[in-house]
Amino acid sequence: MMTYDVAIIGSGIVGAAIARELAAYDLAICWLEASADVGDGTSKANTAILHTGFDATPGTLESRLVRRGSALLTEYAEEVGIPVERTGAMLVAWTAEELEALPGLAEKAGKNGYLHCSVIGAAQVYEALPALGPGVLGGLRVPDESITCTWTTNLALAGDAVRRGVDLKLSHRVDRVEVGDETVITTPAGSVAARWVINAAGLGSDVIDRLLGHHRFTVVPRRGELLVFDKLSRSLAPCIVLPVPSSKGKGVLISPTIYGNVMLGPTAEDMTDRTATSMSQHGIDFLLERGRKLMPGLLSEEITANYAGVRAAISRNGSDIHGDYLIDIDIDQRYVLVAGIRSTGLTAGMAIAEYVRDLLADQLVLEPRRDVPPTMRMPNIGEAFPRPYERPELIARDPEYGRVICFCERVTAGEIRDALTAVLPARDLGGLRRRTRALNGRCQGFFCGAQVEKMLQEDPA
Amino acid sequence: MTGADQVSIDDVVVVGGGPAGLTAAATLAPHISGRVIVLERESRAGGIPRHSDHTGYGLRDLHRVMTGPAYAQRLVQAAAAAGAQIRTEATVTGWTPTGGLQVTSPRGRAEIRPGAIVLATGARERPRAARLIPGDRVAGIYTTGHLQSAVHLHDLSIGRRAVIVGAELVSWSAVLTLREAGVRTVLMVTTHPRPESFALFNLLGRSVLKVRVRTRSRIVSINGRGRVSSVEIADLRTGARSTVACDTVVLTGDWVPENELARSAGLSIDPESRAPNVDGGLRSTRPGVFAIGNLVHPVDTADVAALDGAHVAAAVREHLQGSRARQDGIPLLAGAGLRWVAPGLVRPDEPPARSKILAWVDDWVPAPVVTASQHGAVVGRRRLPWPAAPGRAFRIPWTVLDEMRPNAGPVTLSLR
Repeated sequence: MMTYDVAIIGSGIVGAAIARELAAYDLAICWLEASADVGDGTSKANTAILHTGFDATPGTLESRLVRRGSALLTEYAEEVGIPVERTGAMLVAWTAEELEALPGLAEKAGKNGYLHCSVIGAAQVYEALPALGPGVLGGLRVPDESITCTWTTNLALAGDAVRRGVDLKLSHRVDRVEVGDETVITTPAGSVAARWVINAAGLGSDVIDRLLGHHRFTVVPRRGELLVFDKLSRSLAPCIVLPVPSSKGKGVLISPTIYGNVMLGPTAEDMTDRTATSMSQHGIDFLLERGRKLMPGLLSEEITANYAGVRAAISRNGSDIHGDYLIDIDIDQRYVLVAGIRSTGLTAGMAIAEYVRDLLADQLVLEPRRDVPPTMRMPNIGEAFPRPYERPELIARDPEYGRVICFCERVTAGEIRDALTAVLPARDLGGLRRRTRALNGRCQGFFCGAQVEKMLQEDPA
Repeated sequence: MTGADQVSIDDVVVVGGGPAGLTAAATLAPHISGRVIVLERESRAGGIPRHSDHTGYGLRDLHRVMTGPAYAQRLVQAAAAAGAQIRTEATVTGWTPTGGLQVTSPRGRAEIRPGAIVLATGARERPRAARLIPGDRVAGIYTTGHLQSAVHLHDLSIGRRAVIVGAELVSWSAVLTLREAGVRTVLMVTTHPRPESFALFNLLGRSVLKVRVRTRSRIVSINGRGRVSSVEIADLRTGARSTVACDTVVLTGDWVPENELARSAGLSIDPESRAPNVDGGLRSTRPGVFAIGNLVHPVDTADVAALDGAHVAAAVREHLQGSRARQDGIPLLAGAGLRWVAPGLVRPDEPPARSKILAWVDDWVPAPVVTASQHGAVVGRRRLPWPAAPGRAFRIPWTVLDEMRPNAGPVTLSLR
């Protein structure tokens, strides 16, 4: 059995960023993913906001890595074509308590190195967001918060990693780890041996940690349910509408999505089941009630989709939710733990990867490769730039980009073909949705569902 | 775009090649100087009937009864024979700033500016997400449209045991499709106190198809891992819950018009039906833009939609001949007992298609009386010999408005 230099467990945003980063060095890397696709856990169902880090707790590792990650991801997004739209955000105060908190939040943003927040009055808030319900007392403007596509980000990082030679093993759920001269990781689909192990298993990170003999934290799966409204509502939400964090918790947000919809959520509900991605009646009722107060007009629009994600919050030593990332290196075990990466992980992922690289720099010989393949442009599935169906030159070159299959989302046969033949090809409808947006629209398959399924079945791969 | 694809100001573009659009094209093509071009986004024209593989089509427009696919084919042939051009795989994606259409097809991306635009984009059933049915994210959940195209157009396998949400005409159409696909319908669930379909269908359904219908009930959860394994059903009166094992759920009815183009054009939209408001001639609120078929009344049967296509031709020709948009008209509003009515604007000299006002009801009324009132005074009343039933269009004779007066404000129709 070949011995890899590094084995990475987990292919969400964080695992993908680490795999890509380490693959720029002369290392043999194995990458294990329990699911049949990369980014199929927590990373696929978040709010897809590219944060400035203005509201992190100053001095934490999270604050530092979100700040750095934001710059890295913004640059990377431009390079590979991840859609990003700088809509800005508005924290809206509805109570005296929230209004009083705004100057403190602006100050905290400064401590996090973000200096562009401004406190504004209710009239200015309504000017920017006329659709807000009555009762706004004031707001805090955060002009650099952006929306992006979490799926494309995950796929871009993972695709780079694979092109750089990382040995990706999908459907490899780790069920044993034995540390010796080399570490042997066992899965039902086969074993691998590696010198170093990096645990980026998200919702499963505590399970993996225990396989290595540790008992330092527990993942507290926290469900977040979201409602996605029809694209015809998009003009109601020109920017991200954030709640002011208060004694009552974080509250729900309203955000435009990069696909042109408007999202309302998430709820926050501690669960015991890590796979609890079902929608609940009480979650739906709660969101509708909140939405009716925040933006009444939104509620008279059609709902296109709803989904639930499970955040990998962690608790240490039986206490409350841990307030920071938990990244630790165990030199004796040749083991790096990357856990407690909450929704900010999308923004911080590339900085987390740098941080992990630096932790390993003293332990491994990190020889930069001279033959790193160039990054590849990602298919654009966002609305910030022209989509293939809008590009005459592309259609003239390849008419398949003019053959619209999914009418609601305007996904063309060319894009579906590309997704089925990519470096990381779609293997099921979920994978195809994340790569193309097919079936994600208002009809949810009424018109094209059968045809898309047929195309997937006929895929020669 | 090549020369043959160019569109001139003498031409009429029909968006949507279903029964309404094709009939409009067939009716208009022989009578205008320019061309009639039907833009159909699917690879074949014909619309929903293409995959409704059972009989019952064509009664009111073709005066004979045939299957959906045969009906679709007849309408396509009639439009082509009349000289209309049918362009398939042509998706209208939006409007140009000057009121033209943006079109994407394998032949290219084009902007066209015809003399008149007829929107015939139809309607669809609300999917699970829009109905906010809680539970697991699983495969095996269909709308009737999705199910029928899977079975009849793409030959995909479905499952073994299905629960159908709804008990209206389209729900029985789903039962037939499921049967053909080898799927047993174990239960139909409706929130209404009785099945919404015609009594004959219910009788046949129960005796021949052996389908149980549970009334006053609602699905409160869809459960499964990867694939549907059961649904939880609540009795609306008692709150009692029960679980039914199934691997397929078909969500029928609950229609919403495909109104994106209508909305993005800024047309006036009825808040209840979400359909563009039209007048008796099927003119929208933008001159030169017309709306017909189930886009306007979600939904009536295919033949009624088709007859809108024949009806709109007069107003389209008037527009092409340079008639100014009419400023007169009496708003028609839905009052008690009616969710919506169409058309939303009427004129005494302009009866609507088939001289019928279409409406939607939420409750079963066996012997309905429709009252028209204007400015607080009753201007018309009719007792109708057919019931008003949820789940299918309620057709009201135009004569109920015989006594309405111009310049006396909106007319409200109510039902009891």
